[in-house]
Amino acid sequence: MKVSMRNLCLPVILLAVFVSVASVNADAQTKKLRLGVEGAYPPFSELGPDGKLKGWEIDIANALCKEMKADCTLVQLSFDGMIPALQSRKIDAVIASMSITEERKRAVDFSDRYYKTPARFVVKNGVKLDISAAGLKGKRIGVQRATIYDRFLADQFKDVQVVRYGKQDEVYLDLASGRIDAALQDVVAAQEGFLKTPQGKNFGFTGPSYEDPKYFGEGAGAALRKGDTALREDFNRAIAAIRANGVYKKIQDAYFNFDIYGAAPVAPAAASTTAPAKK
Amino acid sequence: MNLDAIIEALPSYVSGVGVTLQLLVVALLLGLVIALPLGVARASDKPWLSKPVWAYTYVIRGTPMLVQLFLIYYGLAQFEFVRESALWPLFSQAWFCAVLTFTLNTAGYTAEIIAGAIRATPYGEVEAARSLGMPRWKVLTRILLPSAMRRALPAYSNEVIFMLHGTSLASVVTVIDLTGAAREMNSRSYLPFEAFLTAAVFYLAMTFSLVAMFHFAEKRWLGHLAPRKSAPLIATSVPI
Amino acid sequence: MLHGFLPALLEGTLTTLSVALASLAIAVVLGLVGAAAKLSPIPFVRGVAMAYTTIVRGVPDLVLMLLIFFGGQIAVNAMAAKLGFEGYVDIDPYVAGVATIGFIFGAYLTETFRGALISIHAGQREAGLAFGMSRAQVFRRITLPQMIRFAIPGFTNNWLVLVKSTAIVSVIGLTDMMHSAGMAAGTTREPFTFYLAAGVIYLVITSVSMLGLGALERRVSVGLRRAV
Repeated sequence: MKVSMRNLCLPVILLAVFVSVASVNADAQTKKLRLGVEGAYPPFSELGPDGKLKGWEIDIANALCKEMKADCTLVQLSFDGMIPALQSRKIDAVIASMSITEERKRAVDFSDRYYKTPARFVVKNGVKLDISAAGLKGKRIGVQRATIYDRFLADQFKDVQVVRYGKQDEVYLDLASGRIDAALQDVVAAQEGFLKTPQGKNFGFTGPSYEDPKYFGEGAGAALRKGDTALREDFNRAIAAIRANGVYKKIQDAYFNFDIYGAAPVAPAAASTTAPAKK
Repeated sequence: MNLDAIIEALPSYVSGVGVTLQLLVVALLLGLVIALPLGVARASDKPWLSKPVWAYTYVIRGTPMLVQLFLIYYGLAQFEFVRESALWPLFSQAWFCAVLTFTLNTAGYTAEIIAGAIRATPYGEVEAARSLGMPRWKVLTRILLPSAMRRALPAYSNEVIFMLHGTSLASVVTVIDLTGAAREMNSRSYLPFEAFLTAAVFYLAMTFSLVAMFHFAEKRWLGHLAPRKSAPLIATSVPI
Repeated sequence: MLHGFLPALLEGTLTTLSVALASLAIAVVLGLVGAAAKLSPIPFVRGVAMAYTTIVRGVPDLVLMLLIFFGGQIAVNAMAAKLGFEGYVDIDPYVAGVATIGFIFGAYLTETFRGALISIHAGQREAGLAFGMSRAQVFRRITLPQMIRFAIPGFTNNWLVLVKSTAIVSVIGLTDMMHSAGMAAGTTREPFTFYLAAGVIYLVITSVSMLGLGALERRVSVGLRRAV
């Protein structure tokens, strides 16, 4: 095949078309950031009736961007697609209640944490569930796929039937209809997203509060690409800044009446609708 | 390409293949059994036969299978009377909901394919049969259906492949089929290429087998319609 | 009734339609080329077409979409790096979705068009050639009109499946209608309501399509005596 003007034309034209259809993104000056969020994890991140994202985590993300003077776009993705999206540069950071764990640190870097809450099992009131390897044998426990709760169950409770869902909402749906015996997730998410709702009124917490950093990490932080130290420093500075200047407290008070940064609420305060199941 | 991770996850993939095939075969068989009478009814000129079937295929073909699956799996479970009925032990199982959805879905599509093939029968065939004095039902079973099934082969092969791919939706409602196994591997190891390429290879193997089966079937039953190989223009042997 | 989620649903519907139509355009072109290739007397051309349809028909749409989306992104980045671009070149989720679905359904349409082509009695083509028509004329005047008639049932099926397959674009971050419905269902805990609503919207899209394609089928089947 001769390398002539005619033969070069087609590939060049194709490339030009391709590049013009895609858009070239450069870093630096205007600091455009794409943040991955889930939009399916109330009260942290959910979709309102108007189709817009809302929630505590969304507010924090916007506050951090304002602090970093960055032009942020929130990209909605499924949770188990977050890290691949980060690695293939679809997004620059993940703000989706992603816990900082050693295992994840192998694939991504994390900023400092911006909140930390423990995990507990949720069961139907009156159901006696012995939270031990023997007691849970053969039981169906629901978790969201690729979360620390998923990992924890798979490692620590080998005889349990782990049922994985794409969204935490789906876990609650099947818990309410009785397809699973119990569910393991974050305490605050369960409280606000399920137990306080009409569907969750016959359910409550059971078992211990899990905080072991090995599985449950050191809290939730922003996940960043490995080696992206500049952005990581920016996030850390911003997190420290909003904690110092009161913006963090303001957002927190709008949603919770406890300290979500480091304290671990064992029995959530002001919960009048639920009684934790007796062990 | 991280081959170690793939090899480590192979047992779950193999088990996933088993579930996928199970879902596919059951749904196709049950669906075909339902679709045959439905297809005949749909091709009938009596409105009381064809209209109800039309309504059914209309709804089935008009909505995504994912919506149908969610309606059956999550939607039905929302209602108290379903949860307390005698059928709940069945409906509470994701596998059952998936098979039910797939069966109803393929029945709808296949009925339309069969009806279309029946309607495309060359009129001469039916005319000849009737002129021989065959009663209507014999015309149906001896002439129309065999003729229609042949004509439906290419379109039905499409439908079978669609169903194979459709079974991957079962992973969305917690069934650990082949796609489910790939998603588990992906969520554990954060290696989407390895996870999904492996699944793709397995699906390809299954599809290849199906395509070969249909190729053989088409050769056998549609061989008379294959492209003609041209005859030599010049006589290759000249009689002396 | 819909708890105020209607605007979100409608916006998702527009996205769904837009992706579907763009994909169809690509798929029809690929389908015609593929069908011609599959019926070609040249074995190599037949082989390439067979590889295309086999591979695309062999892998679920979801898996293909993830591979093309993430893989294509990395490939384009590598290519851009080689050519000296700073930063990274972004593939729009819309472009990725349309390209993938168009590519996938091109293979299915190949089979549909092929089935339609072989349903035309070979004698028709032979008669056309015997009259001295060129191959292009035979295709345009004899084959194509009849092919349309035979292809319509299969084409209708393929179009309907395509519209519904657009639901998978929600995986790569596009807020289509399924995505909106799922979010609403999760927030309100009323999956039945919202999936029913999504079903109704899809039915509307389907009705319009079936009316249109049904009218087309009747028009090209004028004078055809039905066996049943």
